[in-house]
Amino acid sequence: MALAGKAREDFEKKLKPYVGIGIGVEDVGRNPVNQAMIRQWCEAMGDELGVYTDAAAAAVSTHEGIVAPPTMLQAWILGGVAMAGGEDDPRDKQKELHRLFDEHGFTGVVATNTEQKYLRYLRPGDEVRAATQIESISEQKATGLGVGYFINTRTLFYDQDDAEVGSLTFRVLKFETEDRPSASEGEGSSAIPGKPQRIKPVLGHDNEWWWQCVEKGELAIQKCSSCGVLRHPPRPMCGECQSTDWEFIFSTGRGTINSYVVIHYPEVPGYTYPLVVAVVDLEEGTRFVSNVVDVDPAEVEIGMSVQASIEHVDDEMKLPVFRRA
Amino acid sequence: MPTTLKDQAAIVGIGETEYSKNSGRSELSLASEACAAAISDAGLTPADIDGMTTFTMDNSDEIEVARAVGVKDLTFFSRTPHGGGAAIGVMHQAAMAVATGSAKAVVVYRALNGRSGSRYSEGVSGGPTTSDLIHWSWYMPSGLMTPASWVAMYTQRYMHDYGCTGEDLAEVCLSQRDHAVKNPRAFFYEKPLTFEEHQSARPIVEPLRLYDCCQETDGGAACVVVSPEMARELPHAPAMIRAVAQGAAGDQESMTSFYRPSLSDLPEMDLVAKQCWAISGLGPDDVDAAVMYDAFSSNVLFQLESFGFCEKGRAKDFVRDGNLRLGGRLPSNTHGGQLSEAYLHGMNGVNEGVRLIRGTSSSQPDKNEHVLVTAGVGVPTSGMVLGQG
Repeated sequence: MALAGKAREDFEKKLKPYVGIGIGVEDVGRNPVNQAMIRQWCEAMGDELGVYTDAAAAAVSTHEGIVAPPTMLQAWILGGVAMAGGEDDPRDKQKELHRLFDEHGFTGVVATNTEQKYLRYLRPGDEVRAATQIESISEQKATGLGVGYFINTRTLFYDQDDAEVGSLTFRVLKFETEDRPSASEGEGSSAIPGKPQRIKPVLGHDNEWWWQCVEKGELAIQKCSSCGVLRHPPRPMCGECQSTDWEFIFSTGRGTINSYVVIHYPEVPGYTYPLVVAVVDLEEGTRFVSNVVDVDPAEVEIGMSVQASIEHVDDEMKLPVFRRA
Repeated sequence: MPTTLKDQAAIVGIGETEYSKNSGRSELSLASEACAAAISDAGLTPADIDGMTTFTMDNSDEIEVARAVGVKDLTFFSRTPHGGGAAIGVMHQAAMAVATGSAKAVVVYRALNGRSGSRYSEGVSGGPTTSDLIHWSWYMPSGLMTPASWVAMYTQRYMHDYGCTGEDLAEVCLSQRDHAVKNPRAFFYEKPLTFEEHQSARPIVEPLRLYDCCQETDGGAACVVVSPEMARELPHAPAMIRAVAQGAAGDQESMTSFYRPSLSDLPEMDLVAKQCWAISGLGPDDVDAAVMYDAFSSNVLFQLESFGFCEKGRAKDFVRDGNLRLGGRLPSNTHGGQLSEAYLHGMNGVNEGVRLIRGTSSSQPDKNEHVLVTAGVGVPTSGMVLGQG
């Protein structure tokens, strides 16, 4: 669930101080601009322009010597392999901001766009450093990936004389990922990140209470408070007497298989196949659809007596499932 | 009191794209080509069209298709929900529009990249909270989330109640395949199927096996509906809409109506049948051929009973006696159906119904006074009776 109300206000208050500040650490090129890196870049990119790699051709060009491709700007200051591992620099405010997002459930990160501007060509021997500022943080946005915030940074590149040579803007989205344990599981969740889980129910006014009963270990059946008719799946109004007053009873979980299927295809991650699903006539008179477990699919039959029990069907979800009674 | 829709509208043009597994183009492109072909077949020009209707599940907006095809002013446009259940619902919309004068000429279309794009076999999954997703949420957690799984649930109970077997389902598939073998549009053109192949194919969702399930297809199909007066001025003999009706029955869910007294019944199709006979003044004995919605082979058995071609529970015998084949009592799905021609959400069936009336099917029965065409099974659905002009 996305942060809302007071929790969201508090979180967004914590974001404010980051807007407009430098990230606290500078990126300094580990080597001056050099011919070897330029040649490798040009080979990788398939850029055969002589002015980058051919000293003779470069000498007679308007540049009067080798220059680096402008698009290499950021390459001169990247941290290399070490960047991917290792500890974060505790002074790095950008990393600190990302950790703040992580702690509030916005663990996903994706770069969405970047723009570069070049003021002059870099030449072998130039020494490059870069200073990054957090320019802005967007309002909370609902995106295709999930609810999140866009963080915009601007990086200015300088040479050995402290003259600006170019700049870069970068935008990332920090978003809530699907893998986040559900709120009801809380801190105690044993979910292994990345392990596929079953598709969870979508919760709204008319069904959330029913799933809360399941969390407490009960298979509930909605009952009209006015005429007493039981109904499942839950609905906001009684089709018999049009009353909107309702309560619920708990089923004994005893029932009989009315029909069933054995699913082989497609195999959806999070489920085990062949998968048996049955329509069960509960003894209270309503029906309930769920899995029949611990039985050879070939032995399942219409009319079989079953008993429901509420169990974890994966790391995150409880569901009433049936066993042969 | 039946509706006054008898013979108030006629289908005068049909069109379709190629049917494939990978169209390599947009759904809008497929829709546009199918519509243009239908308009041309009708002997009309795009400027003559003033109504368009399609499925809520169609991704190509009416106004986008209109712009692409060159249709100008529209005085009628609408959408019909519930997947394949809309296949004749759209015809109902078109017939009502023409009968009331809301439009003079309505194009009905459906186009989808059903194989190379979003595949229905992949089933439902999560998303924003809608009543539709709350509905699917009663089934997703246990893994009952594909059309095959929902239809298999009724099929299992039906087979249990009436002693129907996989061999009966096989005859539905084999009769239709024999038709497809002669139909150049069909995916299974010149590719016969044997009983042994049907029975030994892998299970998808028991009791349904591979060939009991329809294809997934890229393609588009469209037709043009006008008034009977206008139809008389056009080149093809019209397929008169003798009756057309929709039906959603009590305790209806979309695909998962598991809470009614019997899972072996199809009350929404019973409701459609009742209206079709009442409006047309006809009965099952008057119908010479049928296009019955066949997302899955067992769908056909249920419908034979709903429309009264046989008694409840006796569809297996009706089928086993060869009645779905040419020369049988009710040659059905003469294009190969969605099992063997293409899965166009029932719209290819509408076009085949028109060909049957015109006498141009690749498996043309001798008699073609009246043809029944139906829509999706297990959903709020629809059906129509076509007749000679």
